[in-house]
Amino acid sequence: MQTFQYSQAKSIDVAVDVKGKFIAGGTTLVDLMKLNVEKPAALVDINGLPLDRIESTPDGGLKIGALVRNSDLAWNADVKQRYPVLSEALLSGASPQLRNMATTGGNLLQRTRCYYFRDTNYKCNKREPGSGCSAIDGFNRIHAILGTSDHCIATHPSDMAVAMMALEATVHTRGSKGERSIALNDFYLVPGTTPDKENVLEPGELITHITIPALPQGARSHYLKLRDRASYEFALASAAVVVQISGGKIQRARVAMGGVGTKPWRSKEAEQALQGHEASEHTYRAAAEAALKPAKPMRDNGFKVELAKRAIVRALQVATQTA
Amino acid sequence: MPKSRNQVPDQDEEKVSTAKEPLLFGRFSRRSFLTQLGAASIAASTAPLAHATATVPAPAEALQDKPPVPGAVPVTLKINGQTHQIMLEPRVTLLDALREYIPLSGTKKGCDHGQCGACTVHVNGRRVNSCLSFAIMHQNDEITTIEGLAQNGEPHPVQAAFVEQDGFQCGYCTPGQIMSASALLNEPIGKEDADVREAMAGNICRCGAYTNIVAAIQQVRHSA
Repeated sequence: MQTFQYSQAKSIDVAVDVKGKFIAGGTTLVDLMKLNVEKPAALVDINGLPLDRIESTPDGGLKIGALVRNSDLAWNADVKQRYPVLSEALLSGASPQLRNMATTGGNLLQRTRCYYFRDTNYKCNKREPGSGCSAIDGFNRIHAILGTSDHCIATHPSDMAVAMMALEATVHTRGSKGERSIALNDFYLVPGTTPDKENVLEPGELITHITIPALPQGARSHYLKLRDRASYEFALASAAVVVQISGGKIQRARVAMGGVGTKPWRSKEAEQALQGHEASEHTYRAAAEAALKPAKPMRDNGFKVELAKRAIVRALQVATQTA
Repeated sequence: MPKSRNQVPDQDEEKVSTAKEPLLFGRFSRRSFLTQLGAASIAASTAPLAHATATVPAPAEALQDKPPVPGAVPVTLKINGQTHQIMLEPRVTLLDALREYIPLSGTKKGCDHGQCGACTVHVNGRRVNSCLSFAIMHQNDEITTIEGLAQNGEPHPVQAAFVEQDGFQCGYCTPGQIMSASALLNEPIGKEDADVREAMAGNICRCGAYTNIVAAIQQVRHSA
């Protein structure tokens, strides 16, 4: 690991002013620094900042500080009761030790698990812009089928962010130009020709908190994760669904997928196929077909198309069973 | 090969001691035996040099005499209720600080990437992977390692249960398993064996002692 300057941010204003990479839980960053994938010249430790609260908002939603640990968010009584999809997504990710360390803001900024990105012996446009992509012609079983480009097919690894996508979360930041609020759906960027640019954050801009709006009365939600083993593994395909049914018809639906997209993938196509239609397996299958219609499988990951469809159908079935 | 920075019980022991590793059986433990063996083999293989310098310096003493590493800064860590002041580079992980600088070698290095759980310690009562955290970030924290789990000479109930249920084979993952399991007792997980298995997913056992590990943890939970 390369050496770096270390400092502790005493306030949010100071954190934003100091030149350096923010470190909170460190579970992604320290790992990648050991691999020489990340080589920050300076680290700014933000763990002392007062951003570790979970609070209700006046409109009935939730405000989650960027430093709230994944385990605290997952076990929070409000989250478990009002947003089960979020609690389930968090508990399906990583291990208890990692969840005790990893933060809400850091989870949104997790880097891909693409093995070519993580190994500096290989070409990677995300790690080294312009060097090429070893995954496109390589072993790409775990890679993305949605949002890919000729430059990058790496998946976004987060479960939490997929649930937050279905919950229409908003990211709140502080930077040298002041504060701003960004819808999570607009926060992430698809790789295009610049896979190194993964989100809209400016250099030095700090995520301070995330807000989640209240769900409509009677809305149900569920997160289903499919992977190579039962626990402690990244998703091959996952689905986060939020549905509101009345009179046997789906009034409102939100669908997002993990493990298949270059960013946490919200499918408005699936939502349109659900809304206004009868809550039945037939409808769920139609939604799943619509969600995966834009999929572009590579040599080894064609199975993800069907797997993701089944994840959506099953997640909708589970969510509506409890309704 | 034992780490050169481990302490060697010798006549200068008291001078260099900061946090002595407990010697399990009087002055003799497996580690003190191996460390002495290591020093002896160095002495044997460098016999002509050893004559020239009269004695082989104790490794721990050698560490003390080393010039400070460039970029090292003073770091204060509170480990098992004891405060330690050491000079560390910011890039030294909590795991390496514990093992190489304190030195408390009960915490193990397995994958060094947060995947195996061998390095699990408690920070402010919660289990974390010490390999994925810089020591300098834990200056105000209460750190508990496997060496600090026993109280008043009595093994922690999880330690006793691991012995009773034979929850290990080679033992390398055991400190991490026990630190993980002892923290799990305070977490809101379900009652079933499957809940324990899920909650212990972050600790890998190469020998596959999982059945007995689950039995040990459930024994403690049932008796609580």
